Amino acid sequence: MATNLVPAEVDSVNFDLDRQRAEKKLARTNRSLLLPAIIFAILLTQIPFLVTIGFSSIRWNLLYPKQVGFTGLNNYIEVFTSGDLWPSIIATVLITASSVILSLLFGMLFAILLDRKLPGRAIARTLMITPFLIMPAAAALIWKYSMFDTNIGIMNWVFRLLGLPTISWATDFPLYMVIIVLTWQFTPFMMLILLAGLQGQPKDVLEAATVDGAGPWRTFTWITLPHLRMYVEIGVLLGSVTILQVFDPIAIMTKGTGGTKTLAYLLYERAFIGLNVGEAAAYGVVVVVLTIIVATIALRTLFKVFMEGGER
Amino acid sequence: MSMKLKNTLINVFTWVLVLIFFFPVLWMFVNGFKPESVASSVNPTFIFQPVTTGYDLAMQRGMGGFLRNSIVASVSATVIVMLFAIPGAYALSIRKVKKVSNSLSFFISTRFMPIAASVLPLYMILKTIGGLDNIWVLAIIYAAINLPISVWMLRSFFMEVPYEIVEAARIDGAGLWREMMRVVLPLVLPGIAAAALICFIFSWNEYFLALLLTSDAARTTPPFLGSFVDGRGQFLAVLSAAATVAALPVIAAGWIAQKQLVRGLSMGAIK
Repeated sequence: MATNLVPAEVDSVNFDLDRQRAEKKLARTNRSLLLPAIIFAILLTQIPFLVTIGFSSIRWNLLYPKQVGFTGLNNYIEVFTSGDLWPSIIATVLITASSVILSLLFGMLFAILLDRKLPGRAIARTLMITPFLIMPAAAALIWKYSMFDTNIGIMNWVFRLLGLPTISWATDFPLYMVIIVLTWQFTPFMMLILLAGLQGQPKDVLEAATVDGAGPWRTFTWITLPHLRMYVEIGVLLGSVTILQVFDPIAIMTKGTGGTKTLAYLLYERAFIGLNVGEAAAYGVVVVVLTIIVATIALRTLFKVFMEGGER
Repeated sequence: MSMKLKNTLINVFTWVLVLIFFFPVLWMFVNGFKPESVASSVNPTFIFQPVTTGYDLAMQRGMGGFLRNSIVASVSATVIVMLFAIPGAYALSIRKVKKVSNSLSFFISTRFMPIAASVLPLYMILKTIGGLDNIWVLAIIYAAINLPISVWMLRSFFMEVPYEIVEAARIDGAGLWREMMRVVLPLVLPGIAAAALICFIFSWNEYFLALLLTSDAARTTPPFLGSFVDGRGQFLAVLSAAATVAALPVIAAGWIAQKQLVRGLSMGAIK
């Protein structure tokens, strides 16, 4: 067939072949750049989860190593009938939702205040981001012993100054303790994101609004808030994903007492205190399924927000 | 009320709020320099003769070793992440892999997977092969956890490299290695710094896995701090001193790199 071709056509065929070859080679190098990262992530995060599913069908308590055996769905039946799952879901949702909403509100307040001209503004911002940077385990301990402590805690000292009755935080309000500390830690996170949003606001639009006689409140609700929408979404989504899995303040401050036993802590307790591998694995699977449901909804929004940068 | 007075009032209000918010950190710092009896007194005091007994006690409890482990784990995790994430993000931005969004959604979805769900098999496997209480194992696991976020962040920085520059390098006959090392990487160094910073912060502060997967030789600072929970008697001064030392590296890094922080925390979404 090739014998019938005039030279120019031969060239173009060769050129096409060359191009195809070059493209294939490019695709290969590209894959070899990306694959290590994907394999690494799959190996250490996805495969263990598959093993978890396997574990969940086994009767396996480390205290009774001789009674290991296949048990089908019994672990799941135990999970759904023991009555621990539902309160734990409530605790997780309550803690996540309150902390995210409160830190968003405080974050908004601080972002607005620190977007203004202020003497020492750089220092104020620097001080404000510190709660987010401080090691969460350290934050939980410092709050527990120097702020919430019944006798030497600052909270009760303030209450005494004001002539109010003191509070035994650890026994009466463990849930508030966890939410307060998480709010404290995540307010700077929200503030940073919202501050970036405020600074990205086109100044001429704001000036135009002022010229048109809009007061500060009207400008804020009609121009700033809509502009901040994307930033609020990012803050809420990333904040929720992180707080949903939160473990440190609960393990350190309340050990799951008083309605603070989140799914993450419950699973830890079953596996590493109760040493019931099978049941803990079943909890793990349930947690992942629940997270996937929440995450699919969140992911779709998140992906849209992130992809607004566009693909090349 | 005049405009100026109103402004001053808002300024004062702002500073009062900021100081209230910052107070627990300040209080931690101050308490670390108190003698134990002063730190644990019912009436808080700012005026006292500062001592370093808290710091001495923390070091006597072996904090130096835990800090060293924390440094090894966080720094190695950061290096490993960069080795995998830079080429990965490169393929997803400058070079273009088919089905970019598939790979990206895979990476972001691993971020949603609760660590708690995969820690059990990890623990069992490590127990069987004798990988528990090993600082390098911990570093590798931290790397795997931070990898997806880093790929996302780095990609957003790589996307900003003008395509013409890359194309020009290719036409000049630059191979992949030169294209990456000489042309693109110098342009995205701030992005790499941001990703590395976030990775370091997460690894340094991580408590859950460190608590479960280490016990003694490889124990890092967060579970060491956590052990104060079961403390008896007065220990606020030594706890505050230890917490200050533990929190300091990340606080310092975050203060210095505030600009990078926002971008890093939003996984690159906010410029």
